[in-house]
Amino acid sequence: MSEGNEPLATKRRPDWAALIIALCLFAVAAVMLWDVSHMKAVAQYARIGPATVPTAVALGLIALGIWTAFEAWHGDFPEREHQEIAPVIWVVAGLAGQMLLLKTAGFSIATGVLFALTARGFGLRKLWLSLPAGIALSFVVWVIFSQLLQLLLPAGLLERLFF
Amino acid sequence: MNTFELLLQGVLVAMQPMNLLYALIGVTLGTAVGVLPGIGPALTVALLLPVTYKLDPGGSLIMFAGIYYGGMYGGSTTSILLNTPGESSSIVTALEGNKMARAGRGGPALATAAIGSFVAGLIATLGLAFIAPYIVKLALVFGPREYFALMILAFVTVSSAFGDSALRGLTSLFIGFALAMIGIDLQTGQARLSFGVPDLLDGVEVTTLAVAMFAIGETLYIAAQGNRGEETVEAVKGSLWMTAQDWARSWKAWLRGTLIGFPIGAMPAGGAEIGTFLSYATEKRLSKNPEEFGRGAIEGVAGPEAANNASAAGTLVPLLTLGLPTSATAAIMLAGFQQYGLQPGPLLFANNPQIVWGLIASLLIANAMLLVLNLPLIGLWVRLLTIPKPWLYAGILLFATLGTIGANPSVFELGMLLAFGVLGYIMRLFGYPIAPAVVGLILGPLAEQQLRRALAISQGDVTTLVMSPIAAGLLIVAAAAFIIPLILRLRGRGEVLSQLAANED
Repeated sequence: MSEGNEPLATKRRPDWAALIIALCLFAVAAVMLWDVSHMKAVAQYARIGPATVPTAVALGLIALGIWTAFEAWHGDFPEREHQEIAPVIWVVAGLAGQMLLLKTAGFSIATGVLFALTARGFGLRKLWLSLPAGIALSFVVWVIFSQLLQLLLPAGLLERLFF
Repeated sequence: MNTFELLLQGVLVAMQPMNLLYALIGVTLGTAVGVLPGIGPALTVALLLPVTYKLDPGGSLIMFAGIYYGGMYGGSTTSILLNTPGESSSIVTALEGNKMARAGRGGPALATAAIGSFVAGLIATLGLAFIAPYIVKLALVFGPREYFALMILAFVTVSSAFGDSALRGLTSLFIGFALAMIGIDLQTGQARLSFGVPDLLDGVEVTTLAVAMFAIGETLYIAAQGNRGEETVEAVKGSLWMTAQDWARSWKAWLRGTLIGFPIGAMPAGGAEIGTFLSYATEKRLSKNPEEFGRGAIEGVAGPEAANNASAAGTLVPLLTLGLPTSATAAIMLAGFQQYGLQPGPLLFANNPQIVWGLIASLLIANAMLLVLNLPLIGLWVRLLTIPKPWLYAGILLFATLGTIGANPSVFELGMLLAFGVLGYIMRLFGYPIAPAVVGLILGPLAEQQLRRALAISQGDVTTLVMSPIAAGLLIVAAAAFIIPLILRLRGRGEVLSQLAANED
């Protein structure tokens, strides 16, 4: 990228993370080819069938994987900014929590958990404030969308208490 | 019937009280969500799609169009008052607009952006109305192979022609293709890549992918930045009104921006960004005082904002006439049409003229509403920018998951949302553009369908794809759009292209 600016720059080292991306592309392609090989051969017009395009896409992914590996080996990927891991884990935990709680606890409580944990990821430590606020906001949203706009949102304890 | 009569009929449809109400709700919601930093038009439309599930098709498409235009207006407010443009098409606006706001000229900057957007939206929507019938006529001679060639062209321009790396754009596109293969093959009924999981038989929803990658991926990325670099919201000081000199400097820039933006949007070139950069460069060159550029030149806000909105209307040309989405926003709009079983294209003009022309006319009305909504009420929208980050992103994720739960309240769907969100974060981290994946997911199956039709007609003879002059011509353009940027990048001229990166809308 910016090699032109630094003619004396040291030779770039392989970018291992990008090499892993190349491996992932190969893996996806392998799964697609495996899936295609399991398809029943249906009598079809002129050799073109449900397997044709997935095969082409898989081959494309393999080609892109080779290209990625090549660029990664030469360190051609752009520099990555420093990432803080803890906030990401908080937000992912919030999404996972909502996913797991949705059926049992209902929309408001599950989404309230997501709300509080996301806020925590962005630095708001007062869970005793954000959790009730999140549940209250989710409840209002639930009322608007499920009662007025007739969207099917899972109801739980809290929702059944009122409706 | 000629275009004028059709448009007039459309206006009658759009003027029905219920439709006016839908348009008003649409522009209000669109502006509100569009103002929020980090949310561009594509995400605005994806987030608000579930709101329209239960309405009738005509009304909800009108609301949808309002959301789209509203999102564009809201985005410009964010980039002027907060130096973090919500979407890539507002980068240029932020460049000059934020400087103006810091110099206490935020009012005129917002005014020229809003009026410029209005002028551009008006002209470009009329352009859409008058060009569309011709393209529809042209599209009627298109067979499967011409459509296939057109889609290949769209794939190339969306993924690899612009942006800083053809490799990463194409990889993103192919990720979209791979996801598009999941589910039942429509022609033979065979399950592909579903591994016996019933939830996968229906395939991956475009809205799920778009919301996951744009909203959740972006949230994760911003969370990972930690608390560095607090942004400051510039207060709107002084008069909102533009002086006579501001008007004199703005109006030509609006018109030039429209002329640049509309054709670029209408061609399958993807992204509104290209138009904004070209418009900025043009204004800088034509300006009598180029030294002001970089320090808050009003032309630098007026031109690009007009180009931005004009190309947004431009992308509706291929979307409505050919069913061809050339940007992430258009891809999500297409998903919106499909949820009512409507397939944009020449047949839509023939079978549902009421809906198409009602939609086009309501764009004109939405545009006028936005001008009224944005100028006097600007203070209200600005307050949305002062929401603290934890509350803001917690709220964004609440609404992001709401859409998915509303469409399909299953744990599996939320699991996909989370998985694609993490994927989107990783892609963002490594510099992969998101839009090609979304376009690949929705356009991939359509391209496959056309390819298989074309080959079925020719009984498997692949050369049929290049035997029609139109198809061959389109494929040559596609090849050129792939190869020329590659050569430019190899020769170290990549900076220009990476500035033209088509990222979000």
